[in-house]
Amino acid sequence: MDRLALASARVPFNLKVGIVWFAVFLLIVFFFWIAAFDLPWMEEKAGYILGGLRYTLLISLGGIGLAIVLALIGALGRLSHHPIAYGVSGFYTSFFRGTPLIVQMFLWYLALPQIGINLLQKYPGLPAQLKDVLTLDAAIAGTLALGFNYGAYMTEIFRAGIQSVGHGQSEAADALGMTYAQKMRRVILPQAFRVIIPPTGNEFIAMMKDTALVSILGATATTAEMFRRAQLVGKASFKNLEAYVLVAGMYWLLTAIFTFFQRRLERRMSKGYVRAGAGAPMPSAPAGIGA
Amino acid sequence: MSERRNGEVVVRVEDLHKSFGHLEVLKGIDMQVHRGEVVVVFGRSGSGKSTLLRCINFLEDPTKGVIEVAGIRLEGGTRTRHKRELIRRLRIRTGMVFQQFNLFPHMTALQNVMEGPITVKGKPEAEARGLAMHFLEAVGLADKADEYPIRLSGGQQQRVAIARALAMEPEVMLFDEPTSALDPELIGEVLEVMKSLSTELHMTMIVVTHEMGFAREVAHRMMFFHEGKILEEGPPSEILTNPRFPETKRFIDAVL
Repeated sequence: MDRLALASARVPFNLKVGIVWFAVFLLIVFFFWIAAFDLPWMEEKAGYILGGLRYTLLISLGGIGLAIVLALIGALGRLSHHPIAYGVSGFYTSFFRGTPLIVQMFLWYLALPQIGINLLQKYPGLPAQLKDVLTLDAAIAGTLALGFNYGAYMTEIFRAGIQSVGHGQSEAADALGMTYAQKMRRVILPQAFRVIIPPTGNEFIAMMKDTALVSILGATATTAEMFRRAQLVGKASFKNLEAYVLVAGMYWLLTAIFTFFQRRLERRMSKGYVRAGAGAPMPSAPAGIGA
Repeated sequence: MSERRNGEVVVRVEDLHKSFGHLEVLKGIDMQVHRGEVVVVFGRSGSGKSTLLRCINFLEDPTKGVIEVAGIRLEGGTRTRHKRELIRRLRIRTGMVFQQFNLFPHMTALQNVMEGPITVKGKPEAEARGLAMHFLEAVGLADKADEYPIRLSGGQQQRVAIARALAMEPEVMLFDEPTSALDPELIGEVLEVMKSLSTELHMTMIVVTHEMGFAREVAHRMMFFHEGKILEEGPPSEILTNPRFPETKRFIDAVL
């Protein structure tokens, strides 16, 4: 027993972990094999399902872009002393964090068109296009839903990032005579983004997985994202097991790739002007009663 | 000295009051600073001397009273849109040096000094660069132009901060305990630069400091703050050797 322990100690931990991963993987392959996986079918459909990657990426890129804009505005609102800015941003974060994402998706996709119809019935004078404008394509509704929902959560990330910049920085910019916009653009946000970008990468990866929810809104076979496609082909030929395992693997691979880049980005961001272990480079005096 | 007193008034403070909640920190300050004059403000911690500086460039809004810098006259109280713009103009003519330096860590020393002229004054980059190099030379740091603040010592950072304020070509420089955060061996280089501002550039300066040696050598006038008021003021020769009030004497004895 002792000899085994000694021999084991010589094997690097990472190598052991790698062996465990491989063993688990083999186990799963074994189960697939005894469950009579239809591999040729998977090979045949993989291309079609992967075709949805375009929409998955499009929805998540559009969603994260919208979320970043909303989070920035939301965070500036939360930090504002202006009652309208503070109130509106508070309402925004409260509603979009306080209701399920899936409910918000249906609000955009199914509830919004009805507003158009009802309004036109009540006020016939309104332009008839209103109905079409408020009737959104599933991918658009999904993008808006994800963007608004994630924007509300990311408002906190942005707020914390902006607040992480010392008060002294703001005062130095003020003392130079900068306007609020100049101060934000030149002094505060460049420093805040170092704190904001890594967690925003995490949000992006999470959003890529949540694009699967858009499938519930339904989309035609050609414009559907990955999960919707897996659903369609899986149901059509009673190959649910194969279809869902396949699409799960695709999401997994996708997030693994982006997590890799995210880690690198995080490492790069943590370097730079902050000396390792030195903490904040510019300790600033707390605002308050001066000496 | 007397000729300075007769010169143009650069900073005028009238009946300045400042309260934080129920605590009244400034209880009616009246002062005038003339062009080229160096005024050292000193007093116990909590006596209101930093608050005075911060009120002069509206980092704190005066509760009541009048502040006038380089002809821009502003009353205390609530900020309006118009007043905000005047405050900005007042700040452009006022240089401020902080206890904690507050350099922009994401910019090099040169970029720190160029930032104000470019962003606030809209100067072309080449001109701002020349101006910035000129003032970095003036504080003896031309060779550190491309260093980031984290790579500079505290004394060097504070000198860059002085150059950053100078680059705005202000009418008056405010120093808020500029050497208090420095290691003792670095204090001298900063005081030396500040002295040169007075002797070479004839800069108008209000300096909050406990460096009595600097005050004796450079100040034209000293003000002793006590409980939110100017208890006494006069030339350093008078204040330092023959203070009228026991509070002043006790304080000077304590810091000397």
